[in-house]
Amino acid sequence: MTKQVVQLSRVVIRFAGDSGDGMQLTGDRFTSETAGLGNDLSTLPDFPAEIRAPAGTVPGVSAFQLAFADHDITTPGDAPNVLVAMNPAALKANLKDLPRGSDLIVNTDEFTKRNLEKVGYASNPLEDGTLEAYSVHAIALTSQTVEALKEFSITKKEAERAKNMYALGMLSWLYSRGADGTRAFLKKKFASKPEILAANLAAFEAGWSFGETTESFSVQYEVAKAGDLPGGRYRNVMGNPALAWGLIAASQQSGLPLFLGSYPITPASDILHELSKHKNFGVMTVQAEDEIAGIGAALGAAYGGALAVTTTSGPGVALKSEAIGLAVSLELPLIVVDVQRGGPSTGLPTKTEQSDLLQAMFGRNGESPVPIVAPQSPSDCFAIALEAARIAVEYRTPVFLLSDGYIANGSEPWLVPSVADLPTIDPNFATEPNHVSEDGTAAFWPYLRDPETLARPWAVPGTKGLEHRIGGIEKADGTGNISYDPENHDRMVHLRQAKVDGIAATIPDLVVDDPSGAAEILVLGWGSTYGPIGAACEITRRGGLNVAQAHLRHLNPFPRNLGDVLRSYRKVLVPEMNLGQLGMLLRAKYLVDIQGINQVRGMPFKSSELVDAIAAAAETM
Amino acid sequence: MTDTFPALSLVPKSEVAQSAKDFKSDQEVRWCPGCGDYSILSNVQGFLPELGLARENIVFISGIGCSSRFPYYMNTFGMHSIHGRAPAIATGLAVSRPDLSIWVITGDGDALSIGGNHLIHALRRNVNLKILLFNNRIYGLTKGQYSPTSEQGKITKSTPEGSLDYAFNPVSVALGAEATFVARTMDSDRKHMTEILRAAAAHEGAALVEIYQNCNIFNDGAWEPLKDADTRDDLMMRLEHGEPIRFGADLSKGVVRLSDGHLAVVDVAEAGESEILRHDAHAEDPGLAFALSRLANPVSLVNTPIGVFRDVQRPSYDRLVREQIDQIIDRRGPGDLQALINGSDTWVVS
Repeated sequence: MTKQVVQLSRVVIRFAGDSGDGMQLTGDRFTSETAGLGNDLSTLPDFPAEIRAPAGTVPGVSAFQLAFADHDITTPGDAPNVLVAMNPAALKANLKDLPRGSDLIVNTDEFTKRNLEKVGYASNPLEDGTLEAYSVHAIALTSQTVEALKEFSITKKEAERAKNMYALGMLSWLYSRGADGTRAFLKKKFASKPEILAANLAAFEAGWSFGETTESFSVQYEVAKAGDLPGGRYRNVMGNPALAWGLIAASQQSGLPLFLGSYPITPASDILHELSKHKNFGVMTVQAEDEIAGIGAALGAAYGGALAVTTTSGPGVALKSEAIGLAVSLELPLIVVDVQRGGPSTGLPTKTEQSDLLQAMFGRNGESPVPIVAPQSPSDCFAIALEAARIAVEYRTPVFLLSDGYIANGSEPWLVPSVADLPTIDPNFATEPNHVSEDGTAAFWPYLRDPETLARPWAVPGTKGLEHRIGGIEKADGTGNISYDPENHDRMVHLRQAKVDGIAATIPDLVVDDPSGAAEILVLGWGSTYGPIGAACEITRRGGLNVAQAHLRHLNPFPRNLGDVLRSYRKVLVPEMNLGQLGMLLRAKYLVDIQGINQVRGMPFKSSELVDAIAAAAETM
Repeated sequence: MTDTFPALSLVPKSEVAQSAKDFKSDQEVRWCPGCGDYSILSNVQGFLPELGLARENIVFISGIGCSSRFPYYMNTFGMHSIHGRAPAIATGLAVSRPDLSIWVITGDGDALSIGGNHLIHALRRNVNLKILLFNNRIYGLTKGQYSPTSEQGKITKSTPEGSLDYAFNPVSVALGAEATFVARTMDSDRKHMTEILRAAAAHEGAALVEIYQNCNIFNDGAWEPLKDADTRDDLMMRLEHGEPIRFGADLSKGVVRLSDGHLAVVDVAEAGESEILRHDAHAEDPGLAFALSRLANPVSLVNTPIGVFRDVQRPSYDRLVREQIDQIIDRRGPGDLQALINGSDTWVVS
């Protein structure tokens, strides 16, 4: 049976089910097939902190949202066009986001009296009219899967578990996705369990066939390749792996062995996992006894001449603060990756937030400046890791890399760079004495700075004639010997600040996107808000209001032209997933009135929310 | 020399003969006059020439406290880090630099209080570090508070009515943490300390050396009974691998294992020489070493063993890390960055 094929420009699907239903896997597979078709895409996984919250409850709902389009997109979409709800809890938790008229696919098998009661449905929403505004496809996904697999010698439970593949097959047909990638994936995943493999493949095919034949779906959709993407080789990439590969690239481009000292923490652990897979790049990973030892080991490796990294999230940064201060004092290269999550304290481990900016900026004792960079999207994690390494190595300083949960687990297509085009990083190790003493003998002064960058020499153990001692006590300018001299301390505090401030000379000017050239409102962001801000600005411009967009990848120091940019707009809006941390820094530094757009809901901004906020700001001008 | 210290085979040797003077830095030593740290510094500087290592390949890393000033006085590479973290920092250095001889200098507060976690994990992993723990049973740099090794009831500034804490025994802690080398020596006994340093240097992996050290300002005489010629022989037993554990005037006292499994100190003449335990530092089972560590009375210092409690072979963590990397490179070939970032799932936009 051939159904009518309808061309769509953009689709947003949300898969939602119980934590154990395999929704993240289903979403990943759908994403992979979509990427392979050349659509632009953006994803947003949203899962609970509990590994398996009680089955069938709202806290246990795990969701994966994917937007894909025939044009360049930057967000996973505000609201889905299609919601797949595997149980009543998934329906309850997600229905409020589904616009009226949208497609709703529900697994009717799970809508039992007990499951309905569990989430507080007094009556069955499939029958009581709750869903009449939607295009409901009520399908007995579980029992149809079990029926399709009855010939297999697997348990009923194993058969039921394949329902996500049945759903994936159905959706894959509906949106004309490929199947080869999923088949290959399953073959690899279940290589040692041929019966389970066969069952999953069969469930996938059965779901596909069901989509093709059922009258519930009257049309099939297609989304053409995105035509406005730059040419080249693309892949889909998530933030955490991209960050890990960026660190490996920085290791190769600097010739320094990569050393990671880390302690498991959500949502940063995947960087530790990824790097641990690539020891054939000479990567050393130490899973330390705690966060402090993670950074301690990294700092020790940095002292020995490695490209040293520690990865964590906000609570871990709090524990590492003292060691970061030591790195500031020792002036050794060190990358501190903070994949931010909701706080304070344990906060929201699996939800995103941007509330560690001020912790990164000021969260240490004493005057303790640390450069800060932040990726603006999942694929940007690769480039920003190289940039963090460049600053750390060239300026002999710890560097904060502020990712967040949305970037870490979200994904997008990435124009894969050619390794030959990557920048190189020169460690420029000290090998010779750098000073002549009064008695004419050659000496090595560990704190004799490069006059241009103010960076001190990096002399690693094993370098003959350069034996020296460093420590956290204030050092005499030049010799590095212990000094309690007030004038010297004043000078050293200023030197350390000047060194970090001076990094601005090597970072590009902030580029403002204002197609009209006439905008009076600037929307300035940092980190993962790039996508939603970009989408909101486009929508706003289409509505006839000129608006300019700029995005900071360097938070300390700021690009040199930032003050001029801020002062050239009548109104500056700064959306942040915090209570106004960048806004506070900008006001303090530039005396410019900043209007914050702030939310901390653990989820990225919806572009519609930003559109409204921009419009509201325009009305007050 | 390489034969004496196979554990240091990866560390480059000095091209010239060295003396203690070569290991003295140009910095003025600023411990209190009479501090036990002076003799330890002098002993270490006097011992290092024996190793014959290139000076630039020796690193001293310390935490915070009086003892942790030590690296400043050594003409080697050195880092005076932060309180308690030296074992963690040294772990990163040891893993990434097999060509270094790394020494951690710490005290009873630094190692056992604020840094207790790092100490036990460095020992458990058997990282190739020589950890010298200066135990003076007091916080000196902060001017006299009780430490985790202070005897219960100790009167200090922070415990005017006597401390209530039960004390740690550093050797017991180290053995409990699965340390492969654990020893104890005295700041004032140059010969014994040199023997212990030699054994520690020869050991592959983590070596914990507790050094009884006198703080003459805030806890003077803490170990005096073990130093006083009139009392020391009666109180202190010197452990020698393979030798019967005997001490006291005319070696009249010895250690036996009772029928209930416990150790006890007995009169050798009464018990019979054949009953006296022979020390076995190389026993894989740390039971004997642990039992010996529990013999001493923490207040009177009666039955205090010094010497090497445990010295067993186990590959060091840093070696295992490097070997695993080498094996993976052998098996998979060196990493190809372009192949890594390309992955297997790409498409071309033209």
